[in-house]
Amino acid sequence: MSKEEKKVNRRDFLFTASYTIGAVGVGAVIWPMIDQMNPDKAQQALATTEVDISSIEPGKSITVLWRGKPIFIKKRTPEEIAEARAVKLDDLPDPQKDEDRVKEGKDEWLVMLGVCTHLGCVPLKDKGEFNGWFCPCHGSHYDVSGRIRKGPAPTNMEIPKFEFVDSNTIKIG
Amino acid sequence: MSEHEYVPKSKAGKWFNDRLPLLTLGAHLTDYPTPKNLNYWWTFGGILTFCLITQIVTGIVLAMHYVAHADLAFASVEHIMRDVNYGWLIRYIHSNGASMFFLAVYIHIFRSLFYGSYKSPREVIWIIGLMIYLLMMAAAFMGYVLPWGQMSFWGATVITNLFSAIPLVGDSITTWLWGAYSVDNPTLNRFFSLHYLIPFLILGLVVLHIWALHVPGNNNPVGIDIKKPSKDTVPFHPYITIKDAFALLVFMIIFAGFVFFTPNVLGHSDNYIPANPLITPAHIVPEWYLLPFYAILRSVPDKLGGVILMFSAIFILFVLPWLDTSKVRSAVFRPIYRQFFWILVIDVLMLGYVGAMPAEGIYLVLARVGTVYYFLHFIVVMPVVGYLEKTDPIPMSISEPVLTGGAEPSLARKVNDKV
Repeated sequence: MSKEEKKVNRRDFLFTASYTIGAVGVGAVIWPMIDQMNPDKAQQALATTEVDISSIEPGKSITVLWRGKPIFIKKRTPEEIAEARAVKLDDLPDPQKDEDRVKEGKDEWLVMLGVCTHLGCVPLKDKGEFNGWFCPCHGSHYDVSGRIRKGPAPTNMEIPKFEFVDSNTIKIG
Repeated sequence: MSEHEYVPKSKAGKWFNDRLPLLTLGAHLTDYPTPKNLNYWWTFGGILTFCLITQIVTGIVLAMHYVAHADLAFASVEHIMRDVNYGWLIRYIHSNGASMFFLAVYIHIFRSLFYGSYKSPREVIWIIGLMIYLLMMAAAFMGYVLPWGQMSFWGATVITNLFSAIPLVGDSITTWLWGAYSVDNPTLNRFFSLHYLIPFLILGLVVLHIWALHVPGNNNPVGIDIKKPSKDTVPFHPYITIKDAFALLVFMIIFAGFVFFTPNVLGHSDNYIPANPLITPAHIVPEWYLLPFYAILRSVPDKLGGVILMFSAIFILFVLPWLDTSKVRSAVFRPIYRQFFWILVIDVLMLGYVGAMPAEGIYLVLARVGTVYYFLHFIVVMPVVGYLEKTDPIPMSISEPVLTGGAEPSLARKVNDKV
């Protein structure tokens, strides 16, 4: 009786060991199959873009492509900056100060990802109820600081990592 | 499968069949006892098989000329339209074929809903059918991306961004789906690969769908269990094959009407503009067959909530066999449910309509009303009506109403007496 039990236990051990090694093996094969879908080295290599901003007039903006996505670069007028800063934080669905969305001392330059945080459309400039941007896809309104004010988008338009190389050039990424 | 002994006539046939019983399978499919009262709503299974084969054949041919690259895809589609011999015909059959496929599948699904074909013992057929439907939507969506026009690009952007609503890992998942930091060439490449794969997965599921169907046999318009074979059944061939063939011919006439006379009416003209990642078209709409779900998505003012509700609208159908508490299958004998069924049909059509309209004003109100009813129908109406409804008497057999000129109460049994 005890002999038989011992046999069964030994076989159980072999089964468990086989399943475990099998699972590890399957996992080791599956991970490369999943990870191959992540952005490849060529995509990652496009991670920075330098832009000449010297020709942008106050109140105007340009759109450049970074990582396949549009970046809005807007040189805001003093009135627009004042308007953005006059907004009470309580009125914002995603409260954020305008000061925190620009570089200190370069308050006129708004550099942000021109992608609606709802479902990724490109909002239209100088449209909407808040003098900023309006997304035509599902009706999100952004203000002159690119903050969401009304509509289904959950957050403000994203500010990418960027820096001023010199007074006329910014490097995004 | 049925238990009949089939013996091939020829010696060679017997030799082969002993080793691989394909001839037995063929005989089963030919003789398969089918309820004799099946109406034309039952012909859409065959029509759908035709649609799948059409999409696979035309798709394989199109793949011989199409180039899955962001810089070349749009031009290669135009090349198919202008240069390839009969390329315009093959592409229009393929693109309109998708619409015809969905038209047929929606009729097929609503047929099931009306006659209770999803109810015991056919739950597995229903669930496999829904899996096919989900794969169809995935295939159709990815196929629409391949021409790399404005609607392709921005449709892909909006739909893949649905996954970014998932908390914490949403952005990583979206980037993973794209293979880039936006919808780009890697996205197009993988969509092409998957678009080619999915129809064959569907084909496999269709085999399981039919296999699962052949275990209990077809439901029928009166929705009662029948003995097979009996005077209530006819062999599949030639009775059902000829009926299916006639319905298919009518269907093909409509199909050909679209292909030859209005090949672009179901598409969107913006998709003849090459994809531009800097400009979003003013009004993004999905293909018509996805509009009801799009309306549900937009009816919710919250991103995650909208996405959850949209997916729930599909997944709630998976538990439908257990939400319906009625013992009677066919709505023919369910006077209350029958009315709610038609309300659901109107509701879904209305959602489809408002899905195509801007999400504002009256359209938004209608979308919200429609969404609320859609869920109420499945979560409240189906269990409660099934429980409370006094159903009409159901006949003893399919032959009975035919032979006696109506379901006489004396011959009929009440549902409550049964089971």
